[in-house]
Amino acid sequence: MTFELQASLRSRNFEMSLSLKDGETVAILGPNGAGKSTLLGVIAGLLRPDSGSARIGDKELFNLDGGTHLWSPPHLRGTALLAQEALLFPHLNALDNVAFGPRSAGASTAAARETAHHWLEEVDAANLAKRKPAQLSGGQAQRVAVARALAAEPELLLLDEPMAALDIHAAPLLRRVLKRVLQDRKAIIVTHDVLDAYMLADRVIVVEKGHITEVGATRQVLERPRSHFAAGLAGLNLVTGTITEDGITTPDGRVFAGHHDSGWSPSPGQAGVAAFPPSSVSVFLGDVHGSPRNSFPVTITDLEPHGDQIRVRAGDSAQALSADITPAASADLGLVPGMDVRFVVKSALVSVYPA
Amino acid sequence: MKTATGYQGIPRWIYAVAAVGGLLVVLPLVAMLAKVNWPQFVPLITSESSLAALGLSLRTSAASTVLCIVLGIPLALVLARGEFPGQRLLRAFVLLPLVLPPVVGGIALLYTFGRQGLLGKSLEAAGIQIAFSTTAVVLAQTFVALPFLVVSLEGALRSAGNRYEAVAATLGARPTTVLRRVTLPLVLPGLASGAVLSFARSLGEFGATLTFAGSLEGVTRTLPLEIYLQRETDADAAVALSLVLVAVAVAVVGLSYGARRSSTPAEVRP
Repeated sequence: MTFELQASLRSRNFEMSLSLKDGETVAILGPNGAGKSTLLGVIAGLLRPDSGSARIGDKELFNLDGGTHLWSPPHLRGTALLAQEALLFPHLNALDNVAFGPRSAGASTAAARETAHHWLEEVDAANLAKRKPAQLSGGQAQRVAVARALAAEPELLLLDEPMAALDIHAAPLLRRVLKRVLQDRKAIIVTHDVLDAYMLADRVIVVEKGHITEVGATRQVLERPRSHFAAGLAGLNLVTGTITEDGITTPDGRVFAGHHDSGWSPSPGQAGVAAFPPSSVSVFLGDVHGSPRNSFPVTITDLEPHGDQIRVRAGDSAQALSADITPAASADLGLVPGMDVRFVVKSALVSVYPA
Repeated sequence: MKTATGYQGIPRWIYAVAAVGGLLVVLPLVAMLAKVNWPQFVPLITSESSLAALGLSLRTSAASTVLCIVLGIPLALVLARGEFPGQRLLRAFVLLPLVLPPVVGGIALLYTFGRQGLLGKSLEAAGIQIAFSTTAVVLAQTFVALPFLVVSLEGALRSAGNRYEAVAATLGARPTTVLRRVTLPLVLPGLASGAVLSFARSLGEFGATLTFAGSLEGVTRTLPLEIYLQRETDADAAVALSLVLVAVAVAVVGLSYGARRSSTPAEVRP
């Protein structure tokens, strides 16, 4: 059963439409305030849009278009929500928390607890059954919350940054658990982490300012980003412009030579983007001798450590570029913010593809 | 937890003023204790009229506390969680008995449920008389005690937030199930302390009861009314019965404090 949604909420400048195939997990990526949580709230029935409709298979979740005012309440939607915090009911132990969904669906206490045991085992938390939420660590509580959501047998599982509140030691275990349980399950996961998208999602949706800016298979989006946000997540420089025979030209006249992706015949004049890693960018002082291709004068805005390299940022936000160089090279060149330097990009590492 | 070494930031003179405030409350109690006729204490409080008054007080206060819980939970819920026009006005009116002189409350009740009252006429026609009955005592006590439960519970509901309820709903729980299995258990300490305060207020109710229910021995003469009446004829009995009320009040405050203490552990963090 496919899930389809189309909704707009004017007060939050929110307008999105998306669909999920059976068994598909989609990651929603986007900056803070982009409308990711609004999207989940609308799907779960906690937030009412001005217009739009949503359905899972034949079941209508809501339909506010054309004079109809169908609004099914959250408990009839089959869309369990897992938030940043586990929000386990503090007065129930882990087992009864997980049994909450089956109990609400009408199962007997014994049957519900049996189901709960099964799901606790599924998330490697069977030994925590008797504990109260106050006696669980953040990672344990979140795993129990995953079991609780799954025990409700949702048709669509909504995860709102489930790893964000966990410390770095607890996150990998939960990520492995999620990878296992999200297999063949319809789920939408809001995340800030590229790793989550790679590990858990079949498809990625990038949202910015309440609108979807990019959709595609996870690898496609993260290795061939078309939005600045996705490029930033993937750690790539991204420039937009017009396709030429051997690269692209930006609106301000800079020419980036690169290689066109195979399986695509470029037509000059078409809108395109060029992506390249900061490691493909070198920094020089003064004029460069030899090939002038892919060489641009820039002003350094920022220097910051990045792994064992120094990341040099330059240019204003729309056309910003980054270069990764060694600390020794940075010291030799005497780089400081405000300095005028020259960025040279290795054209062999520049990928050009349509926007 | 208080630590002896932490900086408190309280000027010393504050302690002096606080001591005066404390004395204002404690001194009259001490004065009353000094007046108690200890040899006659037990006979005084076990006299027939005293026991009748005490029994009536406990029964009516228990009944009005139940009534406060039954009516107060929905009121607190719609005030804390609901959204409807006139919500602020409703809150103001529900809290009114807190600041209204009880005598005024009694008169208002009389013109509602009395023989010539708004509802009283119809009730009279149906053969039901409320004014000057034990039912009137319970109504008067509920009238003055209801705000205590509503205020206490509304505060608990607000500080608990509704995020647990949202999660419960997405797990498939109907609103009534959410109320029973999530909301009420979460605010149980607040509900308990509100109920204890309501009971205490009911137990001490005087003005509205006297105006609306009168002072019939065994029917409407509760312990405060009995004390007031005895004071005219037998001061020793009045003091002894007062001490009984003080003892009950101290027990109630202790219970309420205990309930509030247990409501603040890390479990109920928002």
